[in-house]
Amino acid sequence: MSLWEYANPRLFMSWTRPVLPWSFALAGAFLVTGLVWGFFFTPDDFRQGSTVKIIYLHVPSALMAINAWIMMLVASLVWVVRRHHVSALAARAAAPVGVVMTLIALFTGGIWGQPMWGTYWAWDPRLTSFLILFLFYLGYIALWEAIEDSDTAADLTAVLCIVGSIFAILSRYAVHFWNQGLHQGSSLSLDAEQNVADVFYYPLLVCIAGFILLFIALVLMRTRTEIRARRIKALQARGRHA
Amino acid sequence: MIALLKRDLALALRAGGGFGLGLAFFLIVVVLVPFGVGPEADILSRIAPGILWVGALLAALLSLDRIFALDFEDGSLALLATSPLPLEAAGMVKAAAHWITTGLPLTLAAPLFGFLLHMQSTAYPYLLISLLIGTPALSMIGTFGAALTVGLRRGGLLLSLLVLPLYVPTLLFGAEAVRRGAAGLDATSALVLQAGITAGCFAILPFATAAVLRINLR
Repeated sequence: MSLWEYANPRLFMSWTRPVLPWSFALAGAFLVTGLVWGFFFTPDDFRQGSTVKIIYLHVPSALMAINAWIMMLVASLVWVVRRHHVSALAARAAAPVGVVMTLIALFTGGIWGQPMWGTYWAWDPRLTSFLILFLFYLGYIALWEAIEDSDTAADLTAVLCIVGSIFAILSRYAVHFWNQGLHQGSSLSLDAEQNVADVFYYPLLVCIAGFILLFIALVLMRTRTEIRARRIKALQARGRHA
Repeated sequence: MIALLKRDLALALRAGGGFGLGLAFFLIVVVLVPFGVGPEADILSRIAPGILWVGALLAALLSLDRIFALDFEDGSLALLATSPLPLEAAGMVKAAAHWITTGLPLTLAAPLFGFLLHMQSTAYPYLLISLLIGTPALSMIGTFGAALTVGLRRGGLLLSLLVLPLYVPTLLFGAEAVRRGAAGLDATSALVLQAGITAGCFAILPFATAAVLRINLR
């Protein structure tokens, strides 16, 4: 049994039906645990006071904003190479979730930035590249909406996603050239000896797991909706021809 | 290829507004800015590099939807696709024709408009060089965007939404080079990076343009 068999829409539907409620339940459990632990059972930061706790929303949403785009890129490549419809629909389904994640990251960052940096917004490289990422998402979604034929739309958005990824990475590094940053370095990385202090680190990991599960659940649900919408369209077309 | 280039240039010239419209638009943007920010010479000279670059970018954007629209409507795009000339090369020629009709006149006119905005005299060579290096990238990226939206009836607004985020690196390095030139700093690194982006655009985007055109002609 290979991974590609899940590209069959019928198999995908029957397999995701039992998974979907579980992923929602797990996402809810992780998010509630992580946020309650983070908000009420961790100490205030020495300098930042209680504002540090926005990290439990800001870091996971920023992480998922980028990962959602990467998932769309992979799904687009799979669609271009192997032409599995579920893959194209999954890319389409992930885009609005990615937009919302980007907005959460931008807004929570602004709310934190006002007391800490004295401003809601600064033209800092990280902030700016997130705003550009937001524009890329908007263009991608607008192109999907604008084209009526669904296969053409899938093809064109896939090419846009691939080209857009190259330019998104270029912009990400170009803005460093243009302005030095106000934003602190990474809160998390795999090879650092120490990330944020352990009291903040463990609830943060729980929150990240919750956001990942929530993303999976939302994308699965939206993909199922897209597949059903596609089936309705096919049935209607058949009805007209009969 | 040369024949296609000549044909596109002749069409742009005879249809009128190919050269003129973009330039007039650029002039209007430059004239409107002092009304918006006030006539003080020192403010204008500080923002002149950015205004000139943004103005050139918007002027280039203005004529993008005409790159493929007419050819798509009268069927010559389908002929191009079946001709022995690879569609990748056709896309590149289209970008070149767009650059000659908009990017090149904009580049040549920009120093004049810089004069209107009291730009620092040290910035002029950098403005010319950075526009000369950067505007071909604008045309190539725009050609890709035009190919993406060619099948749509009202693709103009969507085209700007798709293309403008892709313009970010070019604009950023171009304006930075001019700003550094105005401040008397060394702008070589910005110019080199910008040239790299332009070269990369011409290496990758003709293929993307051709792929997208084939999908739209299906």
